[in-house]
Amino acid sequence: MENDVVLKMQGICMTFPGVKALDHAGLTLKKGEIRALMGENGAGKSTIIKCLTGVNKFEAGEIYLDGFEGPITNRDTMDAQSKGISTVYQEVNLCPNLSVAENIYIGRAPLTKFRTVDRKQMNARAKKLMEELDLNIDVTANLENYSLALQQMIAIARAIDMDCKVLILDEPTSSLDDREVEKLFQVMLNLKKKGVGIIFVTHFLEQVYAVCDGITVLRNGQLVGEYTVEELPRVQLVAAMMGKDFDDLASIKPEGGEIGKDAPLVIDAKGLSHAGTIKPFDLEIREGEVVGLTGLLGSGRSELARAIYGADRSQTGTLKVKGKEAHIKEPIDAMNLGMGLLPDDRKAEGIIGDLSVRENIILAMQAKLGALHKIPMAKQIELADQFIEMLQIKTASRETMIRQLSGGNQQKVILARWLATNPDFLILDEPTRGIDIGTKTEIQKLVVKLAGEGKSVIFISSEIEEMLRTCNRMAVLRDGAKVGEISGDEMTQEGVMHAIAGGDSNE
Amino acid sequence: MKKAKLNNNNVLLLITIVLFAAMYLAGCIVYAGKGFTRLQTFLNILIGNAGLISVTCGMTCVMLTGGIDISVGSLVALDCMMMAVGVEKMGMGSPVLMVFILIVGVVFGAVQGFCIAYLEIQPFIVTMAGMFFARGMTAVLSTQQISITSDALFTKLAGTKIEFPFGGYVNTKGILQVPYIRVTVVVALLVVLATFFLLNYTRFGRSIYAVGGNQQSAALMGLDVKKTQLKTYILCSFLTSIGGICFCLNTMNGTVGQATGLEMSAISSAVIGGTLLTGGVGNVFGSLFGVLINGTISSLVQTNGKLISSWANIVTAILLCFFILLQAVFAKVKERNK
Repeated sequence: MENDVVLKMQGICMTFPGVKALDHAGLTLKKGEIRALMGENGAGKSTIIKCLTGVNKFEAGEIYLDGFEGPITNRDTMDAQSKGISTVYQEVNLCPNLSVAENIYIGRAPLTKFRTVDRKQMNARAKKLMEELDLNIDVTANLENYSLALQQMIAIARAIDMDCKVLILDEPTSSLDDREVEKLFQVMLNLKKKGVGIIFVTHFLEQVYAVCDGITVLRNGQLVGEYTVEELPRVQLVAAMMGKDFDDLASIKPEGGEIGKDAPLVIDAKGLSHAGTIKPFDLEIREGEVVGLTGLLGSGRSELARAIYGADRSQTGTLKVKGKEAHIKEPIDAMNLGMGLLPDDRKAEGIIGDLSVRENIILAMQAKLGALHKIPMAKQIELADQFIEMLQIKTASRETMIRQLSGGNQQKVILARWLATNPDFLILDEPTRGIDIGTKTEIQKLVVKLAGEGKSVIFISSEIEEMLRTCNRMAVLRDGAKVGEISGDEMTQEGVMHAIAGGDSNE
Repeated sequence: MKKAKLNNNNVLLLITIVLFAAMYLAGCIVYAGKGFTRLQTFLNILIGNAGLISVTCGMTCVMLTGGIDISVGSLVALDCMMMAVGVEKMGMGSPVLMVFILIVGVVFGAVQGFCIAYLEIQPFIVTMAGMFFARGMTAVLSTQQISITSDALFTKLAGTKIEFPFGGYVNTKGILQVPYIRVTVVVALLVVLATFFLLNYTRFGRSIYAVGGNQQSAALMGLDVKKTQLKTYILCSFLTSIGGICFCLNTMNGTVGQATGLEMSAISSAVIGGTLLTGGVGNVFGSLFGVLINGTISSLVQTNGKLISSWANIVTAILLCFFILLQAVFAKVKERNK
């Protein structure tokens, strides 16, 4: 192995039932290099990483690691860790019932001379570690007391505290806001200086060019190529990922912009609120309108949507749906009023992993009809096939269990679930988070198309550009309150940023 | 964004302790005339439940991993029967038998743990099989009730009173009654301390909580989930065997019907003590108080004298519902605060 190479994977093959997940894929990582691992959903990014960390067993290929003679195999995550390969996963994989310090040190907690866990030292070390990341938090409190973003940072702290040669960050930024991303980049650059090789999986192109040295592109389980950042400008990266010329995203902007005031109101919320999450707000949504909710992470975007949908029952105010006052006690009431909610945490709230793609698609429809009116199998199959086709869901078959699908495809299945109920009003909470740029475009186009058909949509996203492309109007949130709306000429990147930051007169 | 608040888990433990204190105090007031205020009444609760305390410690550990072990009652019966048959029929010494009982416990736990952890069979099914097996083996050893009388050491252990230098009272015959505990109580309390220490200050103990908190995460953090589960079931059966010996020292006999339903007492004590059935949350001190609450209920019913003993079950049932409801409410509140 060359001198400065810390990790080399080559010819990795692996099959899932019915799907060739990896077909002679590979990756080379140098010491002190930050390498982006790019590819569309289902390209095999997560799979190759799981092969590296010993979670998946691969059928062919070799992994070489600096300091080890010949190819290595990792039996499990622990084994990989002991060889110096640490991983931070996209979904936070920590224990909510343990303290922050324990989550960082469990399995390798410092011991006293009596071989017992030295809590004092553990807490002190955790405190110091968190301070290095500029996080001043109580490390003895249970993890569940902290936000998802903080939990992610804690997971990263855990990974970097282990003496690692290779650090894998599997979409660590998808739940972080800009400031936190910046912090993470600082940490990454520090580690790079120390000679740690970092594999960075992300969907944000800006982040690749902001922090990475090299890019490895996978497509359909195969290695497309390994490049330096200079060799591969954005457009070519996208082309390499998609294997075709990049369809310009800007072209999907809906025509007409603002929806006329004469269009009938679908949602008319006055003074809705939910204690502790969202202060009273008013929101009107007209037929065929896409309204974006924008704001920083934790500003109350999702909470506002949940209050309308009844997922968090509103304690104040009134809600009129299509002109009639609605009393939503639980989600089924909202569904019967023609609403649909695509939650942002698809792992916890969206998919039912052990059910097939077909069953996941018809779930909401069946719930709406009630358990007594079973949808005939032929109809189920027809619907499932229709949506698999329409949304281009990559699955081995309609009977494949949904947990075997990649994240983006799972997201599409949940979207299909709501579309199957033929809702008039859809809430899409981060529908494009953690999915590749090609699918993103498809979903954005779909939203615009749905609006064109007269459906109303609440669209929540952390990417302003994406919102500008799809929304007619945007509501701005800050610290759990709706602070303004922007439309028309203000709908520019700067305008939105300004509104979010709170420096303007919209208040 | 989030403010630190009083830990819900501590609140549950606090409620358990307060409830115990309130219940005991109520007993003291209502039954003051019947001697409920005497220290010995409290100590008798400890003596009567020494075996259960040890068993509950093991059960708590298993429940913390998100599992369950319903074989413990039968295992206690088997332990007592082995002791009785060994001493009375085979003429073996009690120290040898105690060691043997503990070894049987470890092997028993290892088999159950292996099936649960490595063959991934539901804990309920595996330990139900264990329950039938142990009860069956007890009957195979003997269907008779065998009293243990011929082992001097064992009889001495059972009869030893550890007396308190204070808190005595003079009974109606004018004899000073000194409050005392039995050896079994010391053993049980040592088990509680040891288990607490193990759960909170060893890597193994913390792994138990991690596995119960989120099994997948624990595995991804590099913990050996299967090994932790295996060890926990071994620990449970081992502590159950210690409990079995204590139980035997109390009853001084072996019989097929012994300790029937003990597993349910252990589970209910753990739940009342704040252990979540879903795992990850709980504390052996809570479980100790859970046992004491159960014991106090029985003691109150006994002291009353007129109530049939089934009332103890009914009160336990109500308490169990109350605690499960409380846990659910806390879970809801937590969810809402997210």
